[in-house]
Amino acid sequence: MLRDITLGQYYQTESVIHRLDPRVKLAGTVIFIISLFCFDKGWGYIGAAIFLAIVIKLSKVPFKFMIKGMRSIMFILMITVVFNLFLTPGEVVVSFWKLQITKEGIRIAAFMVIRLAMLLIGSSVMTLTTTPNNLTDGMEKAMRPLKVLRLPVHEIAMMMSIALRFIPILMEETDKIMKAQLARGADFESGNIFKKAKAMVPLLVPLFISAFRRANDLAMAMEARCYRGGNGRTKMKPLVYKKRDAIAYLVLFAYLAGSIAVDKLLW
Amino acid sequence: MGIIKTDKLVFEYIRRDEDGNVEGINRAVDEVTLDIKQGDFIAVLGHNGSGKSTLAKHMNAILCPTEGTIWVDGRDTREEDEVWNIRQTAGMVFQNPDNQIIGQVVEEDVGFGPENMGVPTKEIWERVEESLKAVGMYEFRKYSPNKLSGGQKQRVSIAGVLAMHPKCIVLDEPTAMLDPNGRKDVIRAIRALNDVENVTVILITHYMEEIIHADKVFVMDEGKIAMQGTPKEIFSQVEALKALRLDVPQVTLLAYELQKKGIALPDSILSIEEFTKEVMHYYEQKGRKA
Amino acid sequence: MAIILDHVSHVYGGDTTLSVKALNDINLVIPDGQFIGLIGHTGSGKSTLVQHLNGLLKATSGSIYFNGQDIDDKDYNRKELRSKVGLVFQYPEHQLFESDVFSDVCFGPKNLGLSKKETELRAYDALRKVGLPEECFYQSPFDLSGGQKRRVAIAGVLAMKPEVLILDEPTAGLDPKGREEILEQIVKLREESGITIILVSHSMEDVAEYVDRILVMNHGEVMYDDVPREVFKHYKELESVGLAAPQVTYIMHKLKAAGLGVDENATTISEACEEISKVLL
Repeated sequence: MLRDITLGQYYQTESVIHRLDPRVKLAGTVIFIISLFCFDKGWGYIGAAIFLAIVIKLSKVPFKFMIKGMRSIMFILMITVVFNLFLTPGEVVVSFWKLQITKEGIRIAAFMVIRLAMLLIGSSVMTLTTTPNNLTDGMEKAMRPLKVLRLPVHEIAMMMSIALRFIPILMEETDKIMKAQLARGADFESGNIFKKAKAMVPLLVPLFISAFRRANDLAMAMEARCYRGGNGRTKMKPLVYKKRDAIAYLVLFAYLAGSIAVDKLLW
Repeated sequence: MGIIKTDKLVFEYIRRDEDGNVEGINRAVDEVTLDIKQGDFIAVLGHNGSGKSTLAKHMNAILCPTEGTIWVDGRDTREEDEVWNIRQTAGMVFQNPDNQIIGQVVEEDVGFGPENMGVPTKEIWERVEESLKAVGMYEFRKYSPNKLSGGQKQRVSIAGVLAMHPKCIVLDEPTAMLDPNGRKDVIRAIRALNDVENVTVILITHYMEEIIHADKVFVMDEGKIAMQGTPKEIFSQVEALKALRLDVPQVTLLAYELQKKGIALPDSILSIEEFTKEVMHYYEQKGRKA
Repeated sequence: MAIILDHVSHVYGGDTTLSVKALNDINLVIPDGQFIGLIGHTGSGKSTLVQHLNGLLKATSGSIYFNGQDIDDKDYNRKELRSKVGLVFQYPEHQLFESDVFSDVCFGPKNLGLSKKETELRAYDALRKVGLPEECFYQSPFDLSGGQKRRVAIAGVLAMKPEVLILDEPTAGLDPKGREEILEQIVKLREESGITIILVSHSMEDVAEYVDRILVMNHGEVMYDDVPREVFKHYKELESVGLAAPQVTYIMHKLKAAGLGVDENATTISEACEEISKVLL
């Protein structure tokens, strides 16, 4: 049923990675992505792959869960490969009709695939091991310095967590309204694109009205419970760095320095 | 002065047409004067559009009176510095169980109020635990609200208000969207709050079965208080209630119909036990005469 | 002509470990013109059942026949089925979308491909049938009261001229008078046009008053299928599955137990009043 769809597909289990502070995991993901774009020889990627494999092992999330996310992005991956393969100028290896594959093209396409695949798996480690709540909390706290720039950090985090709460509710509502209109003979499937777009009106209008009504109700309920923004608010589950988080930071920087060094220094 | 006191409270909505011109003024609450004692269980009845919800929203400073005054625990709701104290004193539970739960986990939602009030972390956990236990939802503390039934969600909402340690809790048709089981559980939780924790309860509803245990009932119509009294006093006026688009419990109605047929039963019987006793009493007396 | 359900089961969640059996081997005959109350607590399968009747959900196994035809046949016209078996969902006012009441009610018949004239005639007729005052016809549906909105939504389904009308909790969230008005309108509708009505409800009091037959559902199965007074005899079993008989049933049993010679199977106030006064007067 629609309510069971969870965003960010958190995988419930007990592991060191699960227990880490969300800020560490956020920083880790960013560092990992940076490292991927710093390499220009194969050695760095091997280092990154080993690092990623260890983290996945520690997280106790089955590898097939990581791969699941790849399917949806396969198409983009293919396009990247095709573009790089055929459009990179250089030493021609194969040529047929008007297309040429160059040595440089193969190299860049291969790197691109590895880079994107690792980037994706790397960030899914974060979403699989961190609850959405924890993640928004982490973001709020990690972005706190940006408050100086008048960025409404608390509000953004609050919006994200409310959105996460209401997405399943609105999905179910969409399903309900759709069925109600189907029962009145609505047809959402046949016809060309314009006809289909027009057929969405009886679905979208009630959905928007309902979303606004919910927003209104929720705002009132929040005010009734003394919500007045982030100032003076305490936390039920405050984020506190533990010893393991410090160690994790050290490991991360060691990885970044080490992998780049290996990539640059080895021939 | 009681926990909630109003003096000639008036609230007007201004209706505008599409160009923003004033089309007319609706008086949703019309010169309501009442005084509610700390610790009472108060029921407010009325059909849809009678002004009962509007009145309720004044008790939490969500709406401000157009005329007249309302004091919550002695504080005038028009004084802006007092708004947060008032909301802490008089908590509010709304009708739609989905639209008032903020947290993605039950315990986090209950902690939302205390977080806003700046309660220290350790105390938040204590308050969350005791509140969830008070409404019988402690074992669900780790659940996602989306996995709960309507009645369970409403009990979580009540716990959310309770965790703010209010003196008074205003419930605006909390059972209107629930099934009979959910309704029973919610009403049981509300009665427990009143009996055990001595929280003043103001229950707005149009289900007659829910008000039988109230200390006092107000019936609203067209923004005014049309009737007030104990449940017994209110239910003795079957015709007047019907005229206000309300009904009475089946047992009360049955007694009333029998009275009309000439069977002398006492007015406003509220429970089955009472009804049986009175009918049997009548039957035995008749037997004695014969 | 009737609706026949033959060994109908429905499983949510496919063949995963999370699958839930929402309907389990349902066999039913719903003859023309009957007024049926469908009762069950939340999650008993009653909403799933009614969505099968107009083809919104497909049975995992078993067959459903409408007027002698299997609705799962490849060439069966689903759209026509949905117009013949009208389904009014819970809180139907949430599906309103047009800028005025009349256009909204026209949506259904228009989808059936009827002429403009026929569409408008049907919309007009449907709005009259639900008792909406004429001055509301060209107002925005969102300006109406809760009870009026609900009538408009019911008219939206009625305008398709269904042979069977299913109403899922048509009185939810209304005040007592609003509830009574909607129910009376439904009874009147049935008397005037003789269509089959299936009323899905939590409230035994509502149902006892009007219906010919009660279906009680529990855990995806039909628990009782009988006339009201027979079903309410099982009031203790009903309680055990989270339902309750009307208060009148309890009163009559209590009186009987106290030694008063009444028929304990009276289910409505007027029946009970009759019974008690017979003994007392």
